[in-house]
Amino acid sequence: MIKKRTPKVEFLSQQAVEAIVGEAFELLQKIGIFVENDEALKLLAEADQSIDRSKNRAFISRELVENSLSTCRSGVRLYDFNGEKEYLIGKDEIHFNPGSAAVKILDSENLREREPQTQDLVRFYKLTETLENIDFQSTAMVSSDVPQEVADIYRLYLGLLFCQKPFVTGIFRVESLKPMLDLLVAVRGDEKRLAEKPLAIFDACPSPPLKWSRLTAQSLIDCSRLGVPSELISMGLTGATSPVTLAGTLVQHTAENLSGVVICQMARPGSPVIFGGSPASFDMRKGTTPMGAVETMMIDCACSQIGKYLNLPTHAYMGLSDSKLVDAQAGLETAMGAVLAGLAGINVVSGPGMLDFESTQSLEKLVIDNDICGQILRMVRGVELHEQPLALDLFREIGKDFNFLTLAHTRKWYRHEHYFSSVLDREVYDTWLACGRKDAFNRARDEIEKRLRKYRLSELSSETLAEIKSIMRSYARSCGLEKLPEITE
Amino acid sequence: MNIEKDKILQELNRAIVRGEIETARCLAERTVKSGFLPLATIQKSCLPAIEEVGRLWEVGDYFLPELIAGAEAMKAAMSVLQVALKDSGQTLESSGKVVIGTVEGDIHDIGKNLVASMLRATGFEVIDLGADVKLEKFIEIALREKAEVIALSALLTTTMLNQKRFVGLLVNQNLRQEFKVIVGGAPVSERWAREIGADGYGESAVQAVELVREILKKK
Repeated sequence: MIKKRTPKVEFLSQQAVEAIVGEAFELLQKIGIFVENDEALKLLAEADQSIDRSKNRAFISRELVENSLSTCRSGVRLYDFNGEKEYLIGKDEIHFNPGSAAVKILDSENLREREPQTQDLVRFYKLTETLENIDFQSTAMVSSDVPQEVADIYRLYLGLLFCQKPFVTGIFRVESLKPMLDLLVAVRGDEKRLAEKPLAIFDACPSPPLKWSRLTAQSLIDCSRLGVPSELISMGLTGATSPVTLAGTLVQHTAENLSGVVICQMARPGSPVIFGGSPASFDMRKGTTPMGAVETMMIDCACSQIGKYLNLPTHAYMGLSDSKLVDAQAGLETAMGAVLAGLAGINVVSGPGMLDFESTQSLEKLVIDNDICGQILRMVRGVELHEQPLALDLFREIGKDFNFLTLAHTRKWYRHEHYFSSVLDREVYDTWLACGRKDAFNRARDEIEKRLRKYRLSELSSETLAEIKSIMRSYARSCGLEKLPEITE
Repeated sequence: MNIEKDKILQELNRAIVRGEIETARCLAERTVKSGFLPLATIQKSCLPAIEEVGRLWEVGDYFLPELIAGAEAMKAAMSVLQVALKDSGQTLESSGKVVIGTVEGDIHDIGKNLVASMLRATGFEVIDLGADVKLEKFIEIALREKAEVIALSALLTTTMLNQKRFVGLLVNQNLRQEFKVIVGGAPVSERWAREIGADGYGESAVQAVELVREILKKK
């Protein structure tokens, strides 16, 4: 067999990776990290790390980081709702999931941003279930028809009612952590089974530079103890909350991620953790954080390269745009990021559907992005060399008219070799005219309806359903909310 | 002598425009040592300099690092000149007093810090309450300090609701007429400011300065 080449992009030389990781080790040892969480500080103290209690500052030795890395897994496994389908997060596997926690939705009718409500989130979940190239769900929008206190758990609760795909989620308040984990335990039956087959990843964002808040550190600790994967989301902004150079930001990013790895492994050695982030190039004119800037993408790819060097699964926020509409900018930024993420072999890529600096979700964009993701998943398979000879035999079989369409070989391979898009325009002009001269956005709008009609709700066992509902209700009640919004199917 | 004096004032002006913090401080000290009247130095050299920084920002030549450096250089010069001013018995009329902070639930302070520096640099007295500030605290401090303007920053769409709550709080306490309330932050807009009954919105730190000047003029 001839070996195929997997297309790949790397932004750093081996020496550069080593220099960045080396400085990150020094940063942790000499400057330390700030941990506003007593339990995490206690864990670090127990590991003989020097701690300045007055400043909640911990200095972490290289030895501890290396020990922590040695107990990490290079691959994390995630399972769907029924615990049947397995997803490996590791190697060069790529899983796209929608950008998460949008506080706005782009209204399909008037093309303005507005606050999403329960019904929007349900539609979003159902649509995502039908998208072939989006492997995971994310708790993608913050529903505005419930109070802030329950907004984080409510997203996951709704998701579990409607979705089979595993989730990427996270907490907004430390109080929600337990009930959110309880929801996952309820789906699996008990803690042991959840640890064996995790259903969700929890994102935890250190505050740049070098700080783990009470909330995020607690998320790391509790998830690790339950065997729920933590995804570390460092988010330095070049020149604002991290050094302005890409290399400088990479040092900080690596140090923040490594400190997260340490906290997870202290909480429970071997706990699943993903080297990730949402760093961004800070716009020195507008004071904004463009996710579609090429520098943002370069940092993301380089981070992933560092994560792979450390033998960890990786994540990035790519395949999203800062545009306010589903326009040319939205397409180009999303595709640029997603292509690079694919070529960098980033394992979890969060972003599809997202606009306006990670703040707005669009169902239309999500459907278009599904086609972008599909083509990238095709691209990273590379040029495959299925049989040998590669083509010679075909020319012996073929008749005088050289018609490949009739060959068994064509039927055997065409679906495997080629990606079929659902919304990209590949019509001849007259057909396109006859179909109503629709642009990508309007075709996506039609496609959404088509797909939503295809969506089928999987039956939940009545006990599981009752338990999920009871966890949500009792938490809502503890926050003073007696009634949850009505869900109309 | 006058030529020499003009040259120093010009250099001080240029140092502020270029954001050379140490140079600005040294030159300010030199003007004091050379016996220049501090009030005249401020009026002839420093204030025009910070105006120029604002202009360069507005036309798009300056980016955030230059804007911040300009404000910092101004601050360095003013810290020297204000001491001298006090000693000389002269006073520089404050342009106004502003209480500023990022609203509760929100820890983002880059934008707020920038507005505070620009306001300070342009002659306002600024009381910066930091980030994640309880709404009641804004009122308490503004009353105590007899501030004229309260500036509320919010980066998150969730926390920008606290700007609205704040205006409601003022109304409830019968204090709405006591202060001008201005709002800012990435998700905030002119429309939002109108909607919640605030007195104004500034898109950038430079525009925030303009805004405060405008609303105090009207007062």
